[in-house]
Amino acid sequence: MSDTTHSSTVTETAAATSTEAGIADRLARLRARLDYQGLILGFLCAVVTITLLLGDRGTRDLIGQRQMEDKLALLAQVLPPALYDNNPLQDAVKISDVEFSAQAVEVYPALRNGELQGAAFQLGTVGYGGVITLMLGVDRHGVIQGVRVLSHKETPGLADKIELDKGDWILAFDGKSLSNTERPQWAVKKDGGEFDQFTGATITPRAIVNGVHKALEFYARHAAEIAAAAQASADTQGNPS
Amino acid sequence: MSQSSFRQHFMPGLWENNIALVQMLGLCPVMAVTSTATNGLGMGIATTAVIILSNLLISLLRNTIPAEVRNPVMIALIAGTVTLVDMAMNAWTHELYKVLGLFIALIVTNCAVLGRAEAFALKNGPVASMLDGLGMGLGFTWALTLLGGIREVLGGGTLFAHASSLLGPAFHWMELQILPPDTGVLLAILPPGGFIVLGLLIAAKRIVDQRMAARQQAPSSPLVMLQS
Repeated sequence: MSDTTHSSTVTETAAATSTEAGIADRLARLRARLDYQGLILGFLCAVVTITLLLGDRGTRDLIGQRQMEDKLALLAQVLPPALYDNNPLQDAVKISDVEFSAQAVEVYPALRNGELQGAAFQLGTVGYGGVITLMLGVDRHGVIQGVRVLSHKETPGLADKIELDKGDWILAFDGKSLSNTERPQWAVKKDGGEFDQFTGATITPRAIVNGVHKALEFYARHAAEIAAAAQASADTQGNPS
Repeated sequence: MSQSSFRQHFMPGLWENNIALVQMLGLCPVMAVTSTATNGLGMGIATTAVIILSNLLISLLRNTIPAEVRNPVMIALIAGTVTLVDMAMNAWTHELYKVLGLFIALIVTNCAVLGRAEAFALKNGPVASMLDGLGMGLGFTWALTLLGGIREVLGGGTLFAHASSLLGPAFHWMELQILPPDTGVLLAILPPGGFIVLGLLIAAKRIVDQRMAARQQAPSSPLVMLQS
């Protein structure tokens, strides 16, 4: 590394013997001009924008693929692999139900040999710190196969035992359904139900129990519709039936 | 690069001009993620990479950047670099991204990166700037890991929980249970705990500095005697 690149004051005083010093000198004069300042700012912003556009184009498909793999891995946690031989993400059907969710719910049907064996879908429920997003898997009789928390803003250390990493509370839902658990049972123990609450955190488990119960009711209302739509989408894709 | 200038550019960030403990920059992401030592380490590593990269870029362009518009230019360059790194990691190193992804987006809000660009990279060559970035980044990393570690032990009783998902399965031995589970002080993990522990760390650093200064002054005369 030479001295000229180390400090620009040296280059300004030194005679422009080398071309490097000459360029530095010209740049120093340019930097003081208003039109150059505007141009260089615009130019660099344009370069950054174009680079980002190119980067986005180059990575978008790959990122989409990775996210699909993540989602499939998650589906495998809430739906036993024996239940389906299709790609539930590709056969997804949209179901509108204002009672359950303001937006149409994307339901991922589990098909084996073209017949509906169950389904998985996301649901949101309002906890203590904000919306808790869950993924729920049920078989065709509406029996829960698995529930997982996708994202939440609950208090760490108190209410984050809803994550499978930090506790197995969420597994208490496995095997529950509307028929084997009566409406009053769908509550935390403090409210007379059969689900545990956490010490110092009742709102979070309560929100999840209510959300899951509503989701089961949603599935019960639309099971026939989901089956028909999934069948239709599987048939058009030429899956064996 | 001679050894003295290496020391001059690399060393300050580690202790005497530490970003988190002395400059106290970038405290917003610091408080948000340092609830565990692993998170602190991850945030530190990601920030180090970004500071080195942005210091290099700004240093290479320093002669073309007018002082009047340097701030928007630097912000555009840093935000652009971080976004590119974010996309590339998401596409090609997805497993790592799932662990570090949260931190990468937060780095854009870290004014320490802009601070190094302004205070150092604009006035120095590329190699010196990268060394400065490395020193600052490593200093930030150890401070964050220590802060996260203290909060984690006090709050949850564990140390380096989930380290194997950040560093690979070979580092499973790092995941320790220091205190019995469910005995922690919740406050340590919550944001106020972050401020309290950071305050204690800064105080501890000042005490060490004072001790060191006192030691350097007091025994100097007998040492000279011994040497002569």
